[in-house]
Amino acid sequence: MKKRLINGPYLAWMLLFAIAPLFLVVWYALTAESGGERNFTFAHLLRVFEPIYLRVIWRSLRLALLSTLLCFLIGYPVALILTSRPFRPRAILVVLVVLPMWMNFLARTYAWLTLLEKNGLINAILSFLRLPPVDILYTDAAVVLGMVYNFLPFMVLPIYSVLFKIDRTLIEAAEDLGATPLTTFRRVIFPQSLAGVLSGVVMVFMPAVTTFVISRLLGGGQYTLIGNLIEQQFLTTYDWGFGSALSLFLMALLIVTGGILMRSRGDEEGGLW
Amino acid sequence: MVRRWLSRLYLSLVFFFLYAPIAVLMVFSFNSARSRGVWGGFTLDWYAQLFHDRQIMAALYYTILCAVISSVLATVLGTTAAIGLSGMRGLPRLLVSNLVYLPMINPDIVMGLSLMLLFISIKIPLGFVSMLLAHITFSLPFVIFSVLPKLKQTQADLYDAALDLGARPLAAYIRVIIPQIMPGIVTGFLLAFTMSIDDFVVSFFTTGNGVTNVAITIYSMARRGMNPKINALLTIMFAGVIVLLFIANRRMAYSKPGGKN
Repeated sequence: MKKRLINGPYLAWMLLFAIAPLFLVVWYALTAESGGERNFTFAHLLRVFEPIYLRVIWRSLRLALLSTLLCFLIGYPVALILTSRPFRPRAILVVLVVLPMWMNFLARTYAWLTLLEKNGLINAILSFLRLPPVDILYTDAAVVLGMVYNFLPFMVLPIYSVLFKIDRTLIEAAEDLGATPLTTFRRVIFPQSLAGVLSGVVMVFMPAVTTFVISRLLGGGQYTLIGNLIEQQFLTTYDWGFGSALSLFLMALLIVTGGILMRSRGDEEGGLW
Repeated sequence: MVRRWLSRLYLSLVFFFLYAPIAVLMVFSFNSARSRGVWGGFTLDWYAQLFHDRQIMAALYYTILCAVISSVLATVLGTTAAIGLSGMRGLPRLLVSNLVYLPMINPDIVMGLSLMLLFISIKIPLGFVSMLLAHITFSLPFVIFSVLPKLKQTQADLYDAALDLGARPLAAYIRVIIPQIMPGIVTGFLLAFTMSIDDFVVSFFTTGNGVTNVAITIYSMARRGMNPKINALLTIMFAGVIVLLFIANRRMAYSKPGGKN
């Protein structure tokens, strides 16, 4: 009885500041103002499926998926190397993976402008190595780079934490039974790390598909992802109806993808990563 | 041997990728030329000027004030919620647990704009208070998920024992339960604090009326070209974090090896 009372303020808070706002989004998405009052309409939702907006959604999905794949390809070996090291440097190395997140992410992303410029540091290094220069600023490639850069730790950490827990004796058993290192990895280590990979995928894909900052900073002013489109509706054109419809679509998309991935992970209560 | 060197090379490349922008940012806080990409010689001027820049100081003030108040309130509210949740069973528990997750799985942008719609609808003017309310909301799950595991470890008998010995329920909580879950509360508080300091998206949508934080200031500067004073500020803040981590690490090393956070 007493314990239920304790939950009262929290539940009231969440109803007002977490549930009610979502209902407002639904309401704005399904109504349009005409003659001083708002009437029910599907117009905003149908507009989401116009070709020009579908192209934006498709590009957001494509770039987010590509970034997630790259984070996996780059991050998995990092996690693997981190677990294979003796303890003392490993603790420091794990901190080093997380540490960049304590520097403001806008400023870090902005710094890539300096690095990627025609006469920037990256091209200086490339020309020193006698490689051709890159000119990717304000393109898809720069946006993907920004996403991989910002979200790589989200992929490394969950994979690291499951790899860390794998029973060493299983790996030794596989080796004793004559498995090559590649087979041991393919048949013993990788299947056991899938839960970490899945939560890494969710944690990278979700912020990547919803971002409007990375695309604004590295993609240039005209560059549009679904996040930019939503931001514009609320803060530039004040079309709350269409903005809410886009947000609903985005949430539905995330619930479907996230739901599928989390279900297959067999999520347990209380795990942050 | 070859494998070990390959591993080292690979890790070095990844760390170069992660730290190159941070290095650039810090180096340009000591650059006397104002424009990015041009090196004009070493200077500490930006550090001196930083403290006379009204706009940046105001942003820093609101950032810290918001982080302190929101993390304290989120910690109190989140801790009571976790205690309440740990006493629940069955369907109510399932429902509330899912509710706890909501601000975490809701994308930043949707959370920001939906709260903006709410504040406008219930006529809370967009400004410091609205930003504060939003920060408390997104910090809550981090507090709850830090406190819940600690509550699981405490013995339920202790609370009953306190009651048997004549303590009122409230006293039993404050004197018996709270001290036991203190490490979880502290972790939750620190998480809430860092989430608040670092937030851009939700603040961007829920603030107004001339109130900005450091992240919003950076965003608006990014279009005109970033002021090196911001680089100086971020360098100081980053150095502060490293010092704090070092102290925390020393303390952890004395208490117990390998804490989760």
